[in-house]
Amino acid sequence: MLINLLASHAAPQLHAAIEGGLGAITLYHYLFVAMVMFALGVIGFLARRNLIIMFLSTELMFQGAGLALIAFSRYHFNHTGEVFVIFVLTVAAAEAALALALVVLLFRQRESLDAQEWSSLQG
Amino acid sequence: MTLLDAIPTLSTLASGGAEHFAYHVAEAGPKWMALVPGLPLLGAVICLAMLLFKRDMGGRSRVPAYLVTALLGISFVVTLIGFLQWNHGQPWVVHAFEWINVAWGSGAGQSLQANASFYMDGLSWLWMLFVTGLGAAICLYASEYMANDKGYARFFSAFALFVVSMSCLVMGDNLVMLYLGWEGVGLCSYLLIGYFYTKPSAVAAAKKAFIVNRIGDLGLALGLYLTFTTFGTVQYDELFAMVSAGVDGSGHSLAGTWQATWIPLLLMIGAFGKSAQFPLYVWLPDAMEGPTPVSALIHAATMVTAGVYLIARMYPLFLMDEALTALHVVAYVGTFTAFLAATIGMAQFDIKRIMAYSTLSQLGYMFAGLGVLTTNGAAYHVFTHAFFKATLFLACGAVMHGFAGQLDLRKLSGLWNMKGWRIVSVAMLVGCLNLSGIPVITAGFWSKDMIIAEAFTTPNQVIAGSSLIGWVLLITAGMTAYYTFRVFFRVFVGPVEFEPGDEAHGHGDDDDHGHGGDDHGHAGHDAHGHGDGHFHPHAPGWAINFVLAALAIGSTVAILPNFMGDHGWVGGLLHDSTAFYQSGFGHHEAPAGEHALANSKMEVVPVAAHSAPAHGAPSHDSAPDAHAAGEVHANSFLGMNAHAVMYYVSTLFGLAGLAFAAYLHGPVGAWSFGIGNRTKAAVSRADGWKRAIGPIGRWAEHKWYVDEFYDLILRTPLRVIAHIFHAFDKLIIDGALVDGAGLLPRLLGRTLRPMQSGVLHGYATGMAAGIGIIVLIVLVMTLS
Repeated sequence: MLINLLASHAAPQLHAAIEGGLGAITLYHYLFVAMVMFALGVIGFLARRNLIIMFLSTELMFQGAGLALIAFSRYHFNHTGEVFVIFVLTVAAAEAALALALVVLLFRQRESLDAQEWSSLQG
Repeated sequence: MTLLDAIPTLSTLASGGAEHFAYHVAEAGPKWMALVPGLPLLGAVICLAMLLFKRDMGGRSRVPAYLVTALLGISFVVTLIGFLQWNHGQPWVVHAFEWINVAWGSGAGQSLQANASFYMDGLSWLWMLFVTGLGAAICLYASEYMANDKGYARFFSAFALFVVSMSCLVMGDNLVMLYLGWEGVGLCSYLLIGYFYTKPSAVAAAKKAFIVNRIGDLGLALGLYLTFTTFGTVQYDELFAMVSAGVDGSGHSLAGTWQATWIPLLLMIGAFGKSAQFPLYVWLPDAMEGPTPVSALIHAATMVTAGVYLIARMYPLFLMDEALTALHVVAYVGTFTAFLAATIGMAQFDIKRIMAYSTLSQLGYMFAGLGVLTTNGAAYHVFTHAFFKATLFLACGAVMHGFAGQLDLRKLSGLWNMKGWRIVSVAMLVGCLNLSGIPVITAGFWSKDMIIAEAFTTPNQVIAGSSLIGWVLLITAGMTAYYTFRVFFRVFVGPVEFEPGDEAHGHGDDDDHGHGGDDHGHAGHDAHGHGDGHFHPHAPGWAINFVLAALAIGSTVAILPNFMGDHGWVGGLLHDSTAFYQSGFGHHEAPAGEHALANSKMEVVPVAAHSAPAHGAPSHDSAPDAHAAGEVHANSFLGMNAHAVMYYVSTLFGLAGLAFAAYLHGPVGAWSFGIGNRTKAAVSRADGWKRAIGPIGRWAEHKWYVDEFYDLILRTPLRVIAHIFHAFDKLIIDGALVDGAGLLPRLLGRTLRPMQSGVLHGYATGMAAGIGIIVLIVLVMTLS
């Protein structure tokens, strides 16, 4: 529905793609997948309490954003987006190492991966 | 002098009419007079330095005492030399250094000059001679009395500072110097009353003295300020020149102005505070918490006479007022204080308190004397009282020192017959005879008579009710004789009995006092025996005995000045001072010729008096033209010449009081003329009498509940107000304003704090919701 809304106003080409059955895969399809990935990441982050799953959800949001960047890069024939995604992946890999280490340390403290265990920094 | 030059009429009056006024142009005096306050100041500084740099050996060093005694002695000698060189008539002005000299305009009254200068006229000399003389003697006494007290150097530092302040008060040539000295003696009095600062009663007494004096000092400060605004100067010679001429600083006549009434009234309030007159007298009895030498010097002989000095010094200002309002008040209040204090003194058991109340009573006499226009009588009484009251206090102090602080006359008896106490007893007897006014042989008799006789002589038109004042003073004289000899008969004669007090020496530590013995001249076996339950009183040593003997002789010799010259030596001195006032209503003993001469030369006519018939002109043959203004005849005592018969009348009252004391308190035997029957220290006929008069005796013993009354009408309301203010401060200032302002951020914090829950999902949800809202906003904006 959202995609309909988006498509009907912002991009006449989308109408052609949808009405034309399984036509060529356009930018909008990529964007749609990216959006779904990001949304799933957010929902996962909010819904789950396991620290590792929450971390995985953030990774999913990352990849959704990265997919959108690559799609735009390809669409505009401009490689800046692709280069940027490579950087993002690098940072994400480093961050993954750090975050997992933190999760391990936190687990050692409480013998639990529940994020609710860590709420002492409250006002 | 610039001011005088600025007003030609004034200088003309001052020089041209000089023979009618007491105003004498001052001449420059020798600079070395500055040594009189300078040497004690040096002593005070050295003692303080010893204390600060711990050179007083924890109070065992005798250097402070002997140093200050020596310096005060030299000070006295300097005063004496100065006095002998002084040319009677013209006051000396000794300029030490320039102190305050400011001008904010060129007109009259737009500058203030107050130098550290000394104004030496008859009044200053009289006061300075006994202040420095008695100061040195009492300092020597204190060298023994205060021995082995930790605060030895502190005591003598304050003692010397007192003499400095008193010199400043008495010798200052302007009102600012007087005020400086006035506050200085108040400070020293405070320091010395509170000398035993670990004793709560002494601290309370010191505060009481200081605070009560503040009330009086407010009056004095206002009086001085009003004097300055009226005359534009605070220097005596300029001031009195204007007052003699009857003009204020801008040349207007003073007659009938409100200043003429209010300056003396305000100054009078200051005098009442310092000289402990009703209603500001309550501090003086409590001041006896201080060491006895202090009571003798400050609270009997010198400082408390500062009020008398102030009024005597400012007498021309008191005479400015046609109605003599302030002098009326002075006379009544003095008389009332004399009577009231005597009634309280009769009922006390603490001998030092009795002496304190008798001081109040005698100060009342002096004020009454000033009020009934005999500055001579008042000043002579100050002079004699200084000697005999110092003697009495020092004798009481010796008793207190020897009997471990015992002052209750019911617990001491027969000191006359105890070994080593004869000099104290004789000194006490001399003091008692003087205070009682035993005729002919005592100085107190002559000085008191001068006041009482003058009260009867002064016409009722001048001081309304002066005869009544005379009668009250006569009755008070009888009461004085009674309470004085009550002490003597109970403590000094009769069976030998004593009970030690609860302190050692009435002060501080007694660790090794008397053990050495030799430094005091009393034997080692006099050492205290508190521990073994056997008490040996220790008789006074040489210093106390010597000073007591000297003062007893001094009290007796003080008769002589009465017979020197026409109006006595003191009268001669006052004649050469601003206090001079020839009443013109009496002095019938003086031959007519002399009297007339005296009048033509030295009459002080109240400035405003020319239009006042009451006392406008003295009724004298030498000034017949003055009769036109109105005639006032001297009053009489029951139709007789008051001055002639007063000697016999007051003798009668004094002896009656003495006999009454002998009957009630005298021991069996010759000492009380055979009418006494006391055989024990604690029991006397007076006990039965006290029961017979019902509650009056108890009321008098409780000082007529004046302290309680003050507590009720002054302290309680103040305390209630303080509580109200305290509550206001707590509830309104602290509560509503300060805490109220702090409440806002606190409430805000309390509202926002739950957001910081510490739950990760809460934050995440918030963030996601924020993104969602932003997305929605963007969408809505894009769609529309």
